[in-house]
Amino acid sequence: MTVQSIDPAAVVRSARRAPRRRLIAVAGGLGAILFGLFALRVLVGDYIITLPDFFRILGGEEIPGATFILMESKLPRAVLAVLAGVAFGTAGAIFQSTLRNPLASPDMLGISLGASAAAVFSIVVLSLNGSALPVAGVVGAVLTALAIRVVAGSDGGYRLVLVGVTAAAGLIAVIQYLFTRANEYDAQLALRWITGSLNSAAWPTIRMLLAGLVVLLPLVAWTVKSQRVLELGPDVASALGVTHRYADMLLLLAVLLCALAVAATGPVAFVAFVAGPIARVLNGGRTTLLGAALVGAVVMVGADYVAAYGFSGTNLPVGVVTGAFGAPFLLWLLASGRAGRKS
Amino acid sequence: MRLAAESVSLGYGGDAVVVDEVSLEIPDGLTTVIVGANGCGKSTLLRGMARLLRPMSGQVVLDGKAVHKQPTRAVAKTLGLMPQSPIAPEGITVVDLVGRGRQPHRGALQRWSPDDDAAVAEALELTNTLDLADRVVDELSGGQRQRVWVAMALAQKTDLLLLDEPTTFLDVAHQIDLLDLLHGLRSSRGTTVVMVLHDLNLAARYADHLIAMSGGKVAATGKPSEVVTVDRVEEVFGLEAQVIPDPVSGTPLVVPIGRHHRPVVHPHAQGA
Repeated sequence: MTVQSIDPAAVVRSARRAPRRRLIAVAGGLGAILFGLFALRVLVGDYIITLPDFFRILGGEEIPGATFILMESKLPRAVLAVLAGVAFGTAGAIFQSTLRNPLASPDMLGISLGASAAAVFSIVVLSLNGSALPVAGVVGAVLTALAIRVVAGSDGGYRLVLVGVTAAAGLIAVIQYLFTRANEYDAQLALRWITGSLNSAAWPTIRMLLAGLVVLLPLVAWTVKSQRVLELGPDVASALGVTHRYADMLLLLAVLLCALAVAATGPVAFVAFVAGPIARVLNGGRTTLLGAALVGAVVMVGADYVAAYGFSGTNLPVGVVTGAFGAPFLLWLLASGRAGRKS
Repeated sequence: MRLAAESVSLGYGGDAVVVDEVSLEIPDGLTTVIVGANGCGKSTLLRGMARLLRPMSGQVVLDGKAVHKQPTRAVAKTLGLMPQSPIAPEGITVVDLVGRGRQPHRGALQRWSPDDDAAVAEALELTNTLDLADRVVDELSGGQRQRVWVAMALAQKTDLLLLDEPTTFLDVAHQIDLLDLLHGLRSSRGTTVVMVLHDLNLAARYADHLIAMSGGKVAATGKPSEVVTVDRVEEVFGLEAQVIPDPVSGTPLVVPIGRHHRPVVHPHAQGA
């Protein structure tokens, strides 16, 4: 090797550059795809809105028909899809990388269903509604996460996945039982918490989710450095001065992100689960939370377009499409042996 | 003595005691090797000293203070650890992995600095892995990977380095390679090295100070020539063996007898 003649620090600098360039390219590419899909979702479809009209409407002008469709349907759906996708994608990637198991995403572990079950319980049994429901959802998700943690221990392997899948099955049973006891009005309200859908996207919901992201995402960015160390396993992380507490804090942030997204759209199947691994493949096998957030948003907006216009005559909930897309993905993950890699 | 154990008992929850009231001192600037049979508590003791395990009683003292009462970050600047067969995250490059060893030296909002570049470069040079800098860790050979993990611990720039069976899964040539590297560190940097090794002969060759453990207690400590004797090997490992001088290094060399060989008296055999 002729490395002696080269400045070693320069070798380090240049070797550090390549993965960063790749990440910038991945983020840029995903951003461009997201922008394109967003424009497609907002402007095209069963009702086409021209670009000049779009800006006129945003500027406050009333165009009969177009204004209503854009401001009450197309735009809120697209914006909510982006925000919920970011929340699901980030939450999933945090879970998968911190627990070092690609199966351990919050939707697989029943944490999304924990939020749903708590909200349905609040609707049917406690007769709550309005802004009390997202709070109930967050509480339900956190309690579910704690319960799984207590039963499974801090190990991120198959035991955790088994406990989580069991919890999910139990929560579905609870939700179904509650449904049998609900009156017609409550059942309508509760249905929103168990189907992942953007059909009821509204600006107050968007504001709630946006506020949550504005608070939570900077906290995630702040702890992301410790996430890179936690990826090395608990022993190495602890030797580098990053204790369990950081892992718990990151997981809590992810639970909150997931719960808020569920409160906004219902548990959209598989988005949290697929975002991290797809972003990793794009990023040369390396974990990237930014990439996962963007993939989550791309999947949501893309799936919603397919759900709305892909099947003539029906307007499917977005969760049906993500579910159909996610199930083969899970099989691939299991078949390729990527799942269950343990520390 | 910067690192010492004071009647430390360790276990993994429950009542089972794996390390039973062990007291010992780690000499500064030397290589200490802990040996013993499977399940004797040697790795547990190392984990306790690296503050991965909280003692059930007693304390591990680092620079005069109980290690568990010091902030994790402060300890991480003084005491480095390489656990048994660590697993690198998928797709991570060598520089990225080694760079994560800089964690304790970086503030929450501090950006990567030229100092960090220099520390990583030095660690790569010392471990002879600079030419692997941009490679993906998954694609390296076992020996290269182990050297990269040592580089990560070196980038941490600690005065003490603890290693739990760093030669596991390495073939004999790579074992010697790695132990030579660690020996070089203690000579060039004055790093205090503490490691658990399985191979008694390599332990005797590379240790300045040997700790033999048996049943959760320290059976003997001292120079390898004092610790590795026919009687001790029998007592600590339950192994009937002869001990002769290593023809290369002069350190004790353990030659197991086994069931199928009749004991013959070797001309150079040392008495107990």
